[in-house]
Amino acid sequence: MDGSVVTGRIWVLSDQKGKLIEDIDTDQIYHNAFLHITEISEMGQHALNNLEGWKDFPQKARPGDIIIAGRNFGAGSSRQQAVDCFVSLKVGLVIAPSFGAIYFRNAVNSGFPILNCAELEEMVAQRILETGDEVEINFQTGEGKNISKADSFKVEPMSAVQYDIFKAGGLFEYGKLVS
Amino acid sequence: MGKTIIEKIIRNHTEDEVSPGQVVWMGLDVRSARDFGGPNVVKNFEREYGNSPVADIKKTFFTFDLCVPACSLKYADNQQVCREFARKQGIRVFDVDSGIGSHVLIEEGLAQAGTTVVGTDSHLNILGAIGCFGQGMGDVDITYAFKTGKTWFEVPKTLKVLIKGRFSLPATAKDLTLYILKELGTKKAALQAVEFYGEAVRKLTLSGRITLCSMVTEMAGIIGFIPEHDDSLRDEIEKLTGAGFSPVHADKGCLYSGQIEFDINGLVPQVAVPFSPDNVQDVSELKGIRIDTGFIGSCTNGRAEDLALAARILKGKRVKQGVTLKVVPATRRVYEEILERGILEDLFRSGAIISSPGCSGCAEGHIGLTGEGEVQVSTGNRNFSGKQGKGKTYLASPAVVAASCLAGQILSPEDL
Ligand code: SF4
Repeated sequence: MDGSVVTGRIWVLSDQKGKLIEDIDTDQIYHNAFLHITEISEMGQHALNNLEGWKDFPQKARPGDIIIAGRNFGAGSSRQQAVDCFVSLKVGLVIAPSFGAIYFRNAVNSGFPILNCAELEEMVAQRILETGDEVEINFQTGEGKNISKADSFKVEPMSAVQYDIFKAGGLFEYGKLVS
Repeated sequence: MGKTIIEKIIRNHTEDEVSPGQVVWMGLDVRSARDFGGPNVVKNFEREYGNSPVADIKKTFFTFDLCVPACSLKYADNQQVCREFARKQGIRVFDVDSGIGSHVLIEEGLAQAGTTVVGTDSHLNILGAIGCFGQGMGDVDITYAFKTGKTWFEVPKTLKVLIKGRFSLPATAKDLTLYILKELGTKKAALQAVEFYGEAVRKLTLSGRITLCSMVTEMAGIIGFIPEHDDSLRDEIEKLTGAGFSPVHADKGCLYSGQIEFDINGLVPQVAVPFSPDNVQDVSELKGIRIDTGFIGSCTNGRAEDLALAARILKGKRVKQGVTLKVVPATRRVYEEILERGILEDLFRSGAIISSPGCSGCAEGHIGLTGEGEVQVSTGNRNFSGKQGKGKTYLASPAVVAASCLAGQILSPEDL
């Protein structure tokens, strides 16, 4: 595998009514009470632990899982830990209709896969994507297959720049390749 | 196809194709780091690039403004880490005596219309006030920018906002800004560049433009531009910076993501109620709320014009017993101007505490925090819970803050 295709089980970050939760900010993703932790391996256990209904996420998550979130995911502060906590859990990908601008940059720069998909709300409402589904997503083409439902869908692919940084393993590594 | 302002500025700094949604590598005319973020930039740089030089020392700067001079050991250490790196590299430091970095970059003529500037300051998009594409970024980004002089950027869409009507005192640029924030909220301009048009914004002075553009951050926008201006603005900017002023204009037929129009005739002073900057109401609805303290300053309202307006209201009067008023000029040059024009004396005699230039109260730095239950009325740009202490912060114009400090309660200067 060249790393541009991932397969994983999805978690739809929805509220009790099944609606995608919007505006999940960095404090809900990774609370400032844990900012003193410097080991990435220890950050995973605090992922989403300030988000109502999802506090047990670190116990439920398995490596390779894919997170589906509502618009403006990662709003708020610029803390890198809100990305690193998912790296720590070996989450394979986060998809949302939009991200906080700095959050998106932080994820790209650390080589963590993150994708936009404007139609995500629609797809969740129509149950094209549900928690527990096994899906396969190609970062370069944006093609998605829902293996559990034998269905297909589209997300926005990575830009060339994002893909290059991702492949290199982060912005600093990328910089060493090009300089 | 015609291009919007942001598209044209980016096009002048990249070889990649420029259209909204496209990610490009963009050349940077200025890269800066402040005393927050700066030490991490140094740490990252030395870890990744060892003792190698930054890409261009003439385009690289440190600007200390958050805790100046350092009021905690952590900041003292942070600043020293940056200073030592700067000495080694030959980078210029605008040290703890200079003032708010974004304002210093404008005054020094380093940030200019049409240029690209990045730094570790989430309000660096304030530079939109002079037609410059400023952008705040994290320390990894800024480290890379120090080393390579480049960054990647997704070309944003552009929203056109047309503001009809005019305003006059007691309404000010801050009230216009808060009103726009109320209209746009945090969604309509999110992740977009904004171009503001209409007579009310065309007439804005540099200081008024800074106020409006600084709060595009609170609108969740990428940057705001105010392309139309009178000749007086060019004179003002050229005199201040010693550099020319020729802003980029949008092409005819360029593509906007949408257009929003509203009318501000009859604008009255606006106040943002805790704990969200877009929770904006007319001052009359809040009249009578007792205050403990006032703050005039920050990158949003710390220019000489802002302080002069407050001084006009305060002159010959005295801040109400039991209320403290804190005033902080944005930069050393602002300080000099208020000193020379007698504004400093008027403020002092009214009872104000005046401290050295910087972010001060806004950044949880100097000149005091608010305690539990304390009510502050501030000219800053954020009133999130806990940002300046445990108290509650209302955001308003320098005129409303001054009047409220005289009265001991929130009110419009008209009601004094
Ligand atoms: S005054 Fe406040 S908002 Fe402005 S740059 Fe300083 S800390 Fe940031």
